[in-house]
Amino acid sequence: MTAFLGMPTAPRGVGHLRGSDPFPVAARRALADSQLRRNLSKATTTIRAKRAAVVAEVPDWEQLREAGRAIKAETMRHLDRYLEQLEAQVEARGGTVHWARDAIEANEIVTGLVRAEGATEAVKVKSITTDEIGLNDALAAAGIAAYETDLAELIVQLGHDRPSHILVPAIHRNRAEIREIFLREMGDVDPALTDDPAALAEAARLHLRRKFLSATVGISGANFAIAETGTLCVVESEGNGRMCLTLPQTLITVMGIEKVIPAWRDLGVFLQLLPRSSTGERMNPYTSMWTGVTPGDGPQNVHLVLLDNGRTAALADETGRQALYCIRCSACLNVCPVYERAGGHAYGSVYPGPIGAVLSPQLTGIEDNASLPYASSLCGACYDACPVKIDIPSLLVHLRARHVDEARRARRLPSAEAVTMAAASWVMADPGRYAAAQRAARSGRALSRGGRIRALPPPLSAWTRARDLPAPPAATFREWWRSEHRDRP
Amino acid sequence: MRIALFITCLADTLFPDVGKSTTALLERLGHRVEFPHAQTCCGQMHINTGYQREALPLVRRFVETFEPYDVIVAPSGSCVGSIRHQHAMVARRHPDEKLARRAEAVAERTHELSQLLVDVLRMEDVGAYYPHRVTYHPTCHSLRLLRVGDRPLRLLRHVAGLDLVELPEAEVCCGFGGTFALKNADTSTAMLADKMRNVLSTRAEVCTAGDSSCLMHIGGGLSRLRTGVRTVHLAEILASTRDGDRG
Repeated sequence: MTAFLGMPTAPRGVGHLRGSDPFPVAARRALADSQLRRNLSKATTTIRAKRAAVVAEVPDWEQLREAGRAIKAETMRHLDRYLEQLEAQVEARGGTVHWARDAIEANEIVTGLVRAEGATEAVKVKSITTDEIGLNDALAAAGIAAYETDLAELIVQLGHDRPSHILVPAIHRNRAEIREIFLREMGDVDPALTDDPAALAEAARLHLRRKFLSATVGISGANFAIAETGTLCVVESEGNGRMCLTLPQTLITVMGIEKVIPAWRDLGVFLQLLPRSSTGERMNPYTSMWTGVTPGDGPQNVHLVLLDNGRTAALADETGRQALYCIRCSACLNVCPVYERAGGHAYGSVYPGPIGAVLSPQLTGIEDNASLPYASSLCGACYDACPVKIDIPSLLVHLRARHVDEARRARRLPSAEAVTMAAASWVMADPGRYAAAQRAARSGRALSRGGRIRALPPPLSAWTRARDLPAPPAATFREWWRSEHRDRP
Repeated sequence: MRIALFITCLADTLFPDVGKSTTALLERLGHRVEFPHAQTCCGQMHINTGYQREALPLVRRFVETFEPYDVIVAPSGSCVGSIRHQHAMVARRHPDEKLARRAEAVAERTHELSQLLVDVLRMEDVGAYYPHRVTYHPTCHSLRLLRVGDRPLRLLRHVAGLDLVELPEAEVCCGFGGTFALKNADTSTAMLADKMRNVLSTRAEVCTAGDSSCLMHIGGGLSRLRTGVRTVHLAEILASTRDGDRG
């Protein structure tokens, strides 16, 4: 356990991995927003049905999941080797590789590269990793304007908002809200714009086209990087990504170190798993791949920034490292009953939902995201949906134990909860003490009316605010057994 | 067959009828039920709240108490889920490999009630009579940890007089989640509201399930809103006969 201590985590004060409120507080706010509840429920219900239909078409889906898991497990076991191989292959083909220990270093590297081009604007796609490190803020501070070109990311950026979903960052918005954002923020939009999806997409297309044609720098994330060949891969639905990846002279890709895969043939597994799990499509619409520099074709300055930002700390935990298998499909968000009701903002991180609840605390150190491992009923729907078989419920339980153990080791004053848990353990470790506690609980009968308890003092008031509790019965089961079966155990 | 009953701490303390029904049902089917008095709690609440060190003595107690038995039953999907999927892990974490192996051996012989009936005792018609309109909520741990599948439904379909109505969005969590119900009470309640909406849409009089904990949560909401719908454990339905409750 002590191996985790001292491992560098994502630094505070930069990027978007930490929320300002613990999950229960942020969730309470979101739960009160009936429009949000409606938007989320509608969107996740639709995506869930699409995913279920296309997954059911694949007879060897379980074998594919197992293959995806196995490739990722092998990669994590030898991550150092595959990263060095990737670096050598990218550089052999004319690209430049940069290593960033954390968000601060990555932002400095990217800002420096854009400045060296003399550029004051950049177009962006596949931005979740750059959002993790707060790159747009760093670029703005350096006088560089970054334009998001993915439609949903554009909506979030124009709305001065935060993404709330891995795949559909503006999932919390409906089309009427999007129309209002476009009218207010685009400046050059037709005032007669309707909330018809095609009209909204056309407005975005006109707005973005000007940026594509003028920008000299493109900034992207990556879905996969192939160590064997040095090939980078971006998977997207709109074609805007391909514009970002091909039109500018300079292309800078910021990628978490866990995105590397060993060989070209491994990509076949993930390109089957990802679209069906994420958008519910059989095949992804725009899959862009580039290998270093191709003279006279596409960007002539190709950079790859390999980002750690707490990933090595996650890797050091042999159970926790499963979270690094994630291919960002967001199937776990779409099936999660907690996510569907609380929404992505409640998680406080660019990685929301079940995967965020196991990834964000590992990247930041558990103390900085201590409420996230508890933001789940452990229902297990996420595990069943995960295309690389990340056992998220077990990971949540593991991180809860790490949180409690770390608090214990830091000798923080025992919380009321810790005292209660220790007392309950002491009581339940012995049948005599346990039976005595049951008799004591029977005093709860005095609080009941009509066999129901409707109010209890804290912390159990959290239960009785919305739920009755049955009054303890006159006799426990074991008392009944003794009275009925004196003759046997 | 000699069957040891692990009643679970929750049913022992708050829902003794579930234990009485499980006993009556198995005895009616010709089996001998034993109740080892040394049993207490499986430790699931501790494990799932992060207190694995505190769970260790409970895991040890469970293993020592039930080791002498060949067949063990519990009327709870989540407690059996914890026994099968977590006990050995808790032992290894501390680390006690010997206890872990013993825990694995006992876990293999520990069955959730519907699995015992269908897989071990090879019964689907247990001769029950329950003349009510009933909907069934598949609890998450029975469904996704233990994979009980449609076993509870097969048992319910054979109950005479029972009008079984399908629960919409049945496989969505009710929002209980152990200490989640307290730590994230608002989210838990929002999930409960949707579950109750689906239960009420069936116009059933009774919502049943294989876990007293989830039923306590769903039933607590149904009672608070005076819906007139009650929650009844699967064991209680299967134990009912024409001669009166629990045969």
